Amino acid sequence: MPEGRKIKVVVCKPGLDGHDRGAKVLARALRDAGMEVIYTGIHNTPEDIVNTVIQEDPDVVMLSMLSGAHNALCPVIMEKLKENGIDDVLVAVGGIIPNEDKPFLEKHGLKGFHGPGTELKTIVEFVKNNLKR
Amino acid sequence: MTEIDESKTLKPTKGERKEKFRNLSNIEIKKLYMPDHIQDLNYVMDLGEPGQYPFTRGAYKNMYRGRLWTMRQFAGFGNAEQTNQRYKFLLEHGQTGLSVAFSLHTIYGIEAVDEKALGEIGKEGVSIDTLKDMEILFAGIDLSKISTSMTINGPASILLALYIVTAENQGHTPDQLRGTIQNDILKEYIAQKSWIFPPEPSMRLIVDTIEYCTKNVPQWYTISISGYHIREAGSTAVQELAFTLADGFAYVEAAMERGLDVDDFAPRLSFFFNSHNNLFEEVAKYRAARRIWARHMKNKYGAKKAESMRLRFHTQTAGVSLTAQEPENNIVRVTLQGLAAVLGGTQSLHTNSFDEALCLPTEKAAKIALRTQQIIAHESGVADTVDPLAGSYYVEWLTNKMEEEAEAYFQRIEEFGGVIPAIKANFFQKEIANASYKYQKEVENKERIIVGVNDFSQKEPCSTPLLKIDEEIGKQQVESLQKIKQERNNEMLKEKLEKLKKAAEGTENLMSYIIDAVREYASIGEIINTLKDVFGTYHEDSIY
Repeated sequence: MPEGRKIKVVVCKPGLDGHDRGAKVLARALRDAGMEVIYTGIHNTPEDIVNTVIQEDPDVVMLSMLSGAHNALCPVIMEKLKENGIDDVLVAVGGIIPNEDKPFLEKHGLKGFHGPGTELKTIVEFVKNNLKR
Repeated sequence: MTEIDESKTLKPTKGERKEKFRNLSNIEIKKLYMPDHIQDLNYVMDLGEPGQYPFTRGAYKNMYRGRLWTMRQFAGFGNAEQTNQRYKFLLEHGQTGLSVAFSLHTIYGIEAVDEKALGEIGKEGVSIDTLKDMEILFAGIDLSKISTSMTINGPASILLALYIVTAENQGHTPDQLRGTIQNDILKEYIAQKSWIFPPEPSMRLIVDTIEYCTKNVPQWYTISISGYHIREAGSTAVQELAFTLADGFAYVEAAMERGLDVDDFAPRLSFFFNSHNNLFEEVAKYRAARRIWARHMKNKYGAKKAESMRLRFHTQTAGVSLTAQEPENNIVRVTLQGLAAVLGGTQSLHTNSFDEALCLPTEKAAKIALRTQQIIAHESGVADTVDPLAGSYYVEWLTNKMEEEAEAYFQRIEEFGGVIPAIKANFFQKEIANASYKYQKEVENKERIIVGVNDFSQKEPCSTPLLKIDEEIGKQQVESLQKIKQERNNEMLKEKLEKLKKAAEGTENLMSYIIDAVREYASIGEIINTLKDVFGTYHEDSIY
């Protein structure tokens, strides 16, 4: 991470889930921690997310998922990022992710898995310590 | 009003646990409440007998001594067949009403075959595309005997049409049907986000259902005006109260603009509130809600019938209060929240299952949730008298305070020109985002304690068994829909959808056109897409 540049984060809600309380609180906490945050809103398709990454060139993508669609959508997002040659962006997913799904998602390159009750400062630290560039 | 000696009631005594005690609406709670704090309270004007204006003490005269609240557990997952089995399980265990949770693709009017439904089918509720699914969902359940609540908004008119036709096929007429469609689009823009069309055509569809039901389905509750989702999105209790009632007034105004008589439709409006952890705050909220609604319906909208002024409501305990850590503790939270709803005079109640911060409820967790209500009803004694907390200096003061703060919000909404302009200005959305962030900060600073999460916590691994939705369900739903599309009379369907589109371009009531289309096995998605061609879609600003 170059000195003097803000960490740039894109917070997204993939799929049809509209429960965005967590995503909004997180977006604000990351902003308050000095990061540049773009919240893309709800109903993002994998294409929407990848297009945002191409346009915005963030250091981090944070996916907030509570509907149970993570196993179906996360691998598609990772695949499309790879197709576009993007491999230096930290992609984290959080929300309601059962423990037993984590190995599958990790295999596809996802990190994080922060669930209900996680302190915001834990997520801020996670972002700072897991940047890929 | 005489001076209250605040030194007795407000200022902390040395050695108190906190400098200030505040409830979840950030109202400062005094050490002690005295007769002086409610000295202006007029029994007849402000409370009244239960079942009488302004209904502060309850919607009905004898409340639970006559009939207990309806125990209505929100349920739906996987496909129609699985959910039908869960309904039969709940009915066998003493549940007294049905409440349908729909899959997200159904909620948005997206067909199972659409790629946007990928990974979502049956995950958060039951997957429904056509009349075929509805017939399976209610197979073996007599729709003339039970009341059914359907949590559906954008496509509410279509689900109502499907329910009417399903009941007809069982041999029942629409006037026998009892139940509710949520049909509250305003709170979708404000909080829950399952909007489809822009506000104006959405309001038209809602008034269409009100008008249709008033004539044809007279026992149906046409809207369940909902604060639940506003609260879950992070509002305070006062905001929940104020925004929900403001939405209610907006529906009343829209129906009156159509030329309907307020006393013809208002008795069939119902409400849906959240119940969070602060017991007295919740009770005061319900009591204030009844009083505010009664006063506005009478004074502002000129209602004459008592039924038009009587607010009736369903309650669900606060999903957002459930913790993933030590999930069994949630059984206790739900008990307190359910108790608040009953002390506040709810007409029906859903108690959450303890595992819902982790997954949709397992059968065991769903049974404990129902048993919790039964214990409150049959063992605690709280249902033996009406409005047991009336006359408490604290509860009456807090009821007044909630009303006062809600009225201040109505003023602010009025300054925007009403609810829809305030939505377009992101007023509600900003208020809620600010409140939820503030709450989260208070939790992190330990100004608010959540047992097992930010205090008294042990870092032990969670061992609660989880309900898992089989990915096969999605594939089966897609195949089933494809089969229906091959077997139905597609010529006839095309004609019905064209008629619907033409009617949507005009100003006619759309209900009968929608009913005609669902009879021909139109999918919800096909009807929604037909209407999207005319109405367009809504896009929100992503503020945080």
